[in-house]
Amino acid sequence: MKKSDRLTLFCVVALLVGTAALAMAGMAVTGLAGTKKPGGQAPVVSIAQADTVNSPKKKPSAANTFNRLMKKPASAPHASPVDDGIHDPENSGTHLLQWPTEAFQNLPGTNDGNRVDWVTALKEGAIAPRYELEDPDAEAFTMDLVIVREVKGSMPDVVYPHQEHTEWLDCTNCHDEIFVPAKGENQISMAAILLGQKCGVCHGKVAFPVTDCRRCHSKPKSVEQLRALAKRSAWPAKDSGPKKQ
Amino acid sequence: MPLKPMLAAGVGLLVAGLIAFALVNVPPGDAQAEYGDVVINNYSDDAGMRPVVFPHWFHRIRFRCNVCHAELGFEFKAGGNDINMLKIFDGEFCGACHNSEIAWGVENCVLCHTGMPGMRTRVHHSTSDRLVAPPSAKGQ
Ligand code: HEC
Ligand code: HEC
Ligand code: HEC
Ligand code: HEC
Ligand code: HEC
Ligand code: HEC
Repeated sequence: MKKSDRLTLFCVVALLVGTAALAMAGMAVTGLAGTKKPGGQAPVVSIAQADTVNSPKKKPSAANTFNRLMKKPASAPHASPVDDGIHDPENSGTHLLQWPTEAFQNLPGTNDGNRVDWVTALKEGAIAPRYELEDPDAEAFTMDLVIVREVKGSMPDVVYPHQEHTEWLDCTNCHDEIFVPAKGENQISMAAILLGQKCGVCHGKVAFPVTDCRRCHSKPKSVEQLRALAKRSAWPAKDSGPKKQ
Repeated sequence: MPLKPMLAAGVGLLVAGLIAFALVNVPPGDAQAEYGDVVINNYSDDAGMRPVVFPHWFHRIRFRCNVCHAELGFEFKAGGNDINMLKIFDGEFCGACHNSEIAWGVENCVLCHTGMPGMRTRVHHSTSDRLVAPPSAKGQ
């Protein structure tokens, strides 16, 4: 192909793709497109087509995409009830519901979950949720007892504070169904938490998500713990070859 | 048509089209639900009502977990309380508050039964929704 031929071909493809993309955008606006496709799919394919015209590069097969398993991150946080995908916009009541953005605007933030630091919000008095149904002035029955759980491996140890929990919860919410009230008597592991057991009964569902590792793993390892850890590792290796444990 | 204007028109249209497409195609679905929203649909769909959506964030601004999960006895399990309208009219579960005294009354069907028809009972946006594969019960 001559250079000018290729250029003409590119112009035609660009014209076609551009028109098609505009038309599809228009269709999506007027609701003609039916189920909305995940963003950007059509143009990506079209660019790949333009590529094959311009260069000998092959389009990667579907088996060799870049992110195979990664889930699409949620785009903007705090959608309104009308377009959050779980409330039905056809239902009249949906339009009367409060928007999270309105309720959260003056609350201290975090990066995940509701993006609200509920512990600080309560401490600072930014919210005043009732502890008892009938009595707006009832004080929470709290207990200031901190349990530190030593963690296997490199992650900082877990600090479990009773104070912050009993501000919200009753002792019976955890004892004895989830935890027997005796230090070190409960088997807890990350696998169990991710399955929604132990701390995962609440964390990852309503209380802050499990992805916020450092809020639980908050006590750095002591020098002795770090030395012990270093001893177990093969690095730096003084003699060649892996060490046996 | 001469080449240069055609090229300009083509590229212009392409860019405009791509921008319009990107703007319009916000991904749909439950990725947008607020963290902790619970859909309850043991009976609603079968009874021709929309599923119920319970917003934790809204209620925890007004009540601590203690009120619902200790005083009123809600179990920590989406769909695990066998709630129905008779119990609510009788002042149990949602009816302990949605009685026109503490909060608006049960006649406001459209404020609780707000869900997309057909959604299954579960808590939304949980950490386990993000796992590529669920951890095994045995795995440590
Ligand atoms: C401990 C009391 C209590 C219980 C139990 C309760 N609610 Fe509420 N709920 C309230 C209060 C208070 C409001 C705010 C009423 C107002 O704005 O006037 C409310 C508001 C709501 C709203 C509207 C939120 C908005 O955006 O305006 C919905 C929906 C709702 N409740 C659903 C439920 C459902 C479903 C249940 C049972 C599964 C339930 N509630 C149980 C106290 C309660
Ligand atoms: C959110 C869950 C939760 C709540 C609510 C809770 N606890 Fe605990 N509690 C724990 C955990 C976790 C441990 C540590 C268990 C372990 O180390 O195996 C513990 C340990 C204890 C222990 C043992 C301490 C020791 O040194 O052996 C006592 C006593 C106790 N809790 C009493 C209470 C009381 C009283 C309340 C209510 C005021 C309460 N707990 C509320 C989770 C909770
Ligand atoms: C019964 C429910 C429940 C269980 C079980 C539970 N938590 Fe919590 N936790 C909460 C709630 C509610 C908060 C308040 C913050 C929020 O909602 O995001 C909280 C807050 C925390 C905080 C934050 C304190 C702060 O100062 O910011 C830590 C740390 C924590 N939990 C650790 C744990 C650990 C570790 C376990 C398991 C041993 C555990 N939790 C089990 C409900 C629970
Ligand atoms: C809700 C609190 C909490 C959160 C959030 C949390 N962990 Fe843990 N983690 C624990 C507890 C409790 C243990 C068990 C400690 C013990 O052995 O007593 C643990 C144990 C571990 C262990 C040791 C192996 C095991 O299963 O016992 C690793 C590694 C670990 N966590 C990594 C992480 C990482 C990475 C994240 C963030 C993705 C994270 N954790 C988030 C509470 C938490
Ligand atoms: C305060 C919230 C709330 C209000 C208001 C409400 N419901 Fe419900 N309703 C529920 C919950 C929660 C369930 C259980 C949902 C499930 O498991 O499917 C339910 C279940 C139902 C069911 C199926 C179970 C049964 O009892 O037969 C019907 C039908 C129903 N509601 C109709 C209505 C009608 C009609 C109204 C208005 C008069 C209404 N609801 C108002 C919360 C509410
Ligand atoms: C106004 C009442 C109310 C308040 C306050 C409340 N909850 Fe809930 N909670 C519910 C209802 C209703 C359900 C769903 C039960 C059902 O579907 O039968 C639920 C379910 C849950 C679940 C189960 C989710 C699942 O499917 O695994 C957890 C965990 C939970 N709540 C934790 C909390 C925590 C932690 C707090 C305090 C920060 C809290 N809730 C405050 C009413 C409440």
